[in-house]
Amino acid sequence: MKPIEAKNVNVFYGENHVLKDVSLTIKENSVTAFIGPSGCGKSTFLRTLNRMNDYIEGFRLKGKVYINGKDIYERKVRVEELRRKVGMVFQKPNPFPKSIYDNVAYGLKIHGITDKMEINEIVEKSLKQAALWGEVKDKLSKPALSLSGGQQQRLCIARTLAVKPSIILMDEPASALDPISTAKIEELIHELKEKYTIVIVTHNMQQAARVSDKTAFFYLGDLVEYEKTSEIFTNPKNKQTENYITGRFG
Amino acid sequence: MNKIKSNRLKDTAFKYTGISATLSGIVILLIFIGNILIEGVARIDWEFLTNLPSRRAAKAGILTAWTGTAWILGLTAIIAIPIGVAAGIYLQEYGKKNRFARIVELNIANLAGVPSIIYGLLGLEIFVRVLAFGGSLLAGAFTLALLILPIIIVATREALKAVPSSLREASFGMGATKWQTIWYQVLPAAKGGILTGIILALSRAVGETAPLIVIGALAYVPFVPDSPMDEFTVLPIQIFNWVSRPQEAFLVNSAAAIIILLIITFVMNGIAVFLRNKWQKKVSW
Repeated sequence: MKPIEAKNVNVFYGENHVLKDVSLTIKENSVTAFIGPSGCGKSTFLRTLNRMNDYIEGFRLKGKVYINGKDIYERKVRVEELRRKVGMVFQKPNPFPKSIYDNVAYGLKIHGITDKMEINEIVEKSLKQAALWGEVKDKLSKPALSLSGGQQQRLCIARTLAVKPSIILMDEPASALDPISTAKIEELIHELKEKYTIVIVTHNMQQAARVSDKTAFFYLGDLVEYEKTSEIFTNPKNKQTENYITGRFG
Repeated sequence: MNKIKSNRLKDTAFKYTGISATLSGIVILLIFIGNILIEGVARIDWEFLTNLPSRRAAKAGILTAWTGTAWILGLTAIIAIPIGVAAGIYLQEYGKKNRFARIVELNIANLAGVPSIIYGLLGLEIFVRVLAFGGSLLAGAFTLALLILPIIIVATREALKAVPSSLREASFGMGATKWQTIWYQVLPAAKGGILTGIILALSRAVGETAPLIVIGALAYVPFVPDSPMDEFTVLPIQIFNWVSRPQEAFLVNSAAAIIILLIITFVMNGIAVFLRNKWQKKVSW
């Protein structure tokens, strides 16, 4: 069973046709990068995978998106359950204005876990997985907003991991961070891939080349090329892909 | 060259016009407060606060008036806060942004500008007559609740609007429902703005006179109300009553009562400012 499978996905915002007939499948325990110039539809496509576009006025989708074999745009699907399984990390670190501990525990609370011991355990485990435990273990009750940007982003990853997703979507997770914090996030992606299926949108082609197994190039709403990362960066089949990765436009 | 000189002259002229405009407001307020203080402050003592009204100015107190005001304030808050905040949350977070919503929005903004005596007439018809509350505290509280509802709704919406959407996205992204997101994330982030709006709305209700006179609040109430169905008076009505008496001694009484009313509204506005500053600092992104 494929974790992610999209068939002829078309997305409209009102009259705007922003994704055109996109089909692709993503393998388990892999990192897939979505690249392309601004407005190419890569973020929109990422957000269709956990229905985060639902709140945008005028959003319409045609086609099928299967997550773990289930059509997620079927009427009886509960989006809360879907989003627990398909976690999301955003471009700008957006921790809740609460303590570090409460940030990670929030997901557990809303999904009905009340056992204090269990919550403590999961909070610690999630922070360790996000490579943040060592830096925050003595100040779990401090406000999350007192952390640095890079730490905040890792906290957001920990918060996502706490509810035990199988897929993690990352929307330019390092674009607001300095190079050292970026390196830490990339390292983290490498480690997380053993347990999770990761999809990352990035503007940074070197980043795509470093972290991903497969890369999808989007342009003006079309999925132009979808190949192994090593292949796409050394031997692109499409002229547009080549122009983009060699920096002739972007 | 001459142009520069005349431009600078205009600049200076405008500056001083601005300063005098600002000062005139403050000075008039200070003169007013000073005047009231000189006239009334000596009259305020424990007896003034605990005496019932009387025909003799020296014996008259404001016990029934300030207890009436306290009752009205409490009942109005109980009625208006849940309805106003709930309506604000619905309109901002749940309501679709269609034509109907825009019409509702426009009407709420208009309602905030309707003269308060109109609310008094509405209260007289609905609460005093149809629901047969009579000229009771309950009728007064419902009338004032109607009056301040638009203010609370608008303040709630503004406070919710100021909460960044990234906070909602973060919560939805974890699988939270809309209500969980609002309850655990959005409302705590907006509580400063909402509370400020509520307090300012209530302090407006404290000062209202006209609608309460219309629904039949009495100027002379010789007992302290002890149930919502009792008849009542409030501080502004007491003041109005005393001011319209010919005897000098009652004017002194009214000045003293004005000081008490001013203290109440200043304290409420002070709390609102304090809360706004406190919570604004906390939720900076």
